[in-house]
Amino acid sequence: MSTECRIQIETKNLNVSFHDNHVLRNIDIKIPAKKLTAIIGPSGCGKTTLLKSFNRLLEIQDDVKISGQILVDGKNILAPRLDVPDIRKKMGLLSQKPYPLPMSIHDNVAYGLRIHSNKNKGEIESTVEHCLQEVGLWNEVKGRLHDPASRLSVGQQQRLCLARAIAVEPEVVLCDEPTSALDPLAAQQIEKLLLKLKKDYTVVLVTHTLRQAKRVADHVIFLYFGMVIEQGPADEFFNNPKNPETKAYLSGEIS
Amino acid sequence: MNKRTLEENIFKILMMISISIVVGSLIIIVALVIINGGPALTLGLLTQTSSGEFYLGSGGGGILNAILGSLLLALPATGLACVIGIAIALYLQKDFTHSWVAGFIRFSLDILWGIPSIIYGVFCFLIMIYLGMSASVLVGIIALTLLEIPIITRYMDESIKLVPIGLKEGAYSLGSTKFETAVKVVPRQALPGILAGILLGLGRGIGDAASILFTAGFTNRIPSSLLDSTAALPTMIFQLSTSSLPIVRQKASATALVLLLIVFTISILSRALSKRYMKYVIK
Repeated sequence: MSTECRIQIETKNLNVSFHDNHVLRNIDIKIPAKKLTAIIGPSGCGKTTLLKSFNRLLEIQDDVKISGQILVDGKNILAPRLDVPDIRKKMGLLSQKPYPLPMSIHDNVAYGLRIHSNKNKGEIESTVEHCLQEVGLWNEVKGRLHDPASRLSVGQQQRLCLARAIAVEPEVVLCDEPTSALDPLAAQQIEKLLLKLKKDYTVVLVTHTLRQAKRVADHVIFLYFGMVIEQGPADEFFNNPKNPETKAYLSGEIS
Repeated sequence: MNKRTLEENIFKILMMISISIVVGSLIIIVALVIINGGPALTLGLLTQTSSGEFYLGSGGGGILNAILGSLLLALPATGLACVIGIAIALYLQKDFTHSWVAGFIRFSLDILWGIPSIIYGVFCFLIMIYLGMSASVLVGIIALTLLEIPIITRYMDESIKLVPIGLKEGAYSLGSTKFETAVKVVPRQALPGILAGILLGLGRGIGDAASILFTAGFTNRIPSSLLDSTAALPTMIFQLSTSSLPIVRQKASATALVLLLIVFTISILSRALSKRYMKYVIK
């Protein structure tokens, strides 16, 4: 990683366990700002858990133990007495299957604006339009903004989720295999959007398709059985992996 | 015919028998109520209050006091039970409480659900005596509220539990507080189940006689304050159907028919309402 790059998220000795299942072990990673970082690894290796620890989403589940530090812009977000909604607001989330809010298309984007700002109606309308345009959805939905979001196709729903995420002006966009439920064309649209978004946001993408990581990542973190095996700039990671397990994973010997 | 096909056929026949028992009883009950009560269901019965010893057959008038009394008891009770129920149901979710606490509360609610309504009646009656009050709309509402809370809460709880975690994560990752998520997002998704629960609670409340027998009293008048006693449809049916005069028993059936029609109307209305919001539910 080049030195001039600002670090957006850094974890120090992060450990997570569910019940007695130790999912993440001693994670030390650095995620550069305004770059696309891919977290790769086989299913069940803790990629999603790592991603959701960044915005403290793990806590809504029962019986989770988290220790260590997660520094976002240098501040430990695991410190006690922090305003959790405020931490989460800084990190948009795109999940595997899109879950729009059970409201109209318009209200999905306006929801975040309404809970966080005192924007007046006109400002909300223009932000909604701007965000929908950002994700290339505006022309498809402008005539039916007050239709239920549930009537959109899955690909459109995923883009709507991206629009509602950027509406609250986050710094980071967390993506948990956002293309895995989509058809190839819709998936391509999302990939293109992520590449566009990294100019303004730090994008963290969990993916289990190596090809996707190769296409879009600037920086790669390889997880295996809850441990970080290797991390580094994408060129180096893919062309010159240092760890034997990384080599084996990249060549398809292990998956 | 081999053994597995035979099994399958026996099972199908058993299902058909079970269904016919349920549907058959419904048809017979409705038919009996209509045949027996239909002729007595006059405009006068619906628009006049009872007078004299109505339930002994010597008085005149109608059952307006009981219709209004039932609505005055069941609607506020259902409203109260909803407010209390939704708060408990939201609290039972993992966002707010540990699952073992939730398990204990759910278990308590299930037991409360099984308690016969006469017990609620007696319980409220004892408290009423202790406070020096007399049978009234207020005490009747309290008894019905207690009766409806476990039903409405458990129904809401079950439907809120089914809200996908991904949907909550979506709301949380936008920076919603637990309160905002619980109030603005979750109920919209769980709405069909919540409405079904409310309807079930209302049905139980409006049709229950035992819990209001001692607590709401019985009178010919339309109550003018919360502290007045009131008649209600179930207690009216109870009074009328114990009569030895066929003409009075006919009025009991007519009253039952009115009760059925009210429940039916409310059910249709809430379904229409539910349909309006169903379209927002994310599948």
